[in-house]
Amino acid sequence: MTIARKAVVWGLFAAGGTVSAFLFPAVIALFLLVAGGRVPPGLGFENLHAFAAGWVGKSILFIVISLSLWHAAHRLRVVFHDFGVRQDKAVANAVYLVAAVGTVLTAFYLYSIA
Amino acid sequence: MSRQPFVRPLPKASWYLGNARYRRYMLREVTCLLVGFYCFLMIWALAALAGGSAERWEAFLASQQNTAMLVVHAAALVYYLVYMTFDWFKLAPKAMPVQLGEKKLPDRAIVIGHYAAWAIVTLLIFRLAGVL
Repeated sequence: MTIARKAVVWGLFAAGGTVSAFLFPAVIALFLLVAGGRVPPGLGFENLHAFAAGWVGKSILFIVISLSLWHAAHRLRVVFHDFGVRQDKAVANAVYLVAAVGTVLTAFYLYSIA
Repeated sequence: MSRQPFVRPLPKASWYLGNARYRRYMLREVTCLLVGFYCFLMIWALAALAGGSAERWEAFLASQQNTAMLVVHAAALVYYLVYMTFDWFKLAPKAMPVQLGEKKLPDRAIVIGHYAAWAIVTLLIFRLAGVL
């Protein structure tokens, strides 16, 4: 049971790490452009809404955000340990709960975009 | 266990400071905070998008346009590239070695493949977003 659970957690960590390593620099760059007041045309309401309304866009957004959340949660759990926090059970519950909430929110908002 | 086990005293919260490899490891691991931050920023954006009106979306964009966010994103981008993306690529051949029959694909090939795929994916996103 422990081994099986570890495999799931590690699998999500690796998959999310790969996804976020590849995609987040572009995501951050887009936020940087927006912050600088240069909103690219693809991030206008019409375009982005159309992208998120289609099932392809929905799937991509859901997979990217949820996997990245689980990656971050698992890594943060280890970071807590590395910084000397030894209450692993409580830390694990907290970080995975945040990832779960984020995953549910992502699903809910994507579902709402019709 | 022996009656008097020797436990090497190790500072619990600062053990990594004296060793360059450990420092690098810690600098890499804390990138999870950035991943989490941008996940929730994207969820916030989705919430605005789910509002269903252009006004709601414009209001979200306006809330993101300030010097503080500009500085945060610029610093985050550099830190993220160095300690997350490039480190992830560097470790990829160790985490996922590729076996071809008797031989192993050289580490360099795997790393170069990652950089190439990353460049393509990034260009694709910029294309989609209308940056290029």
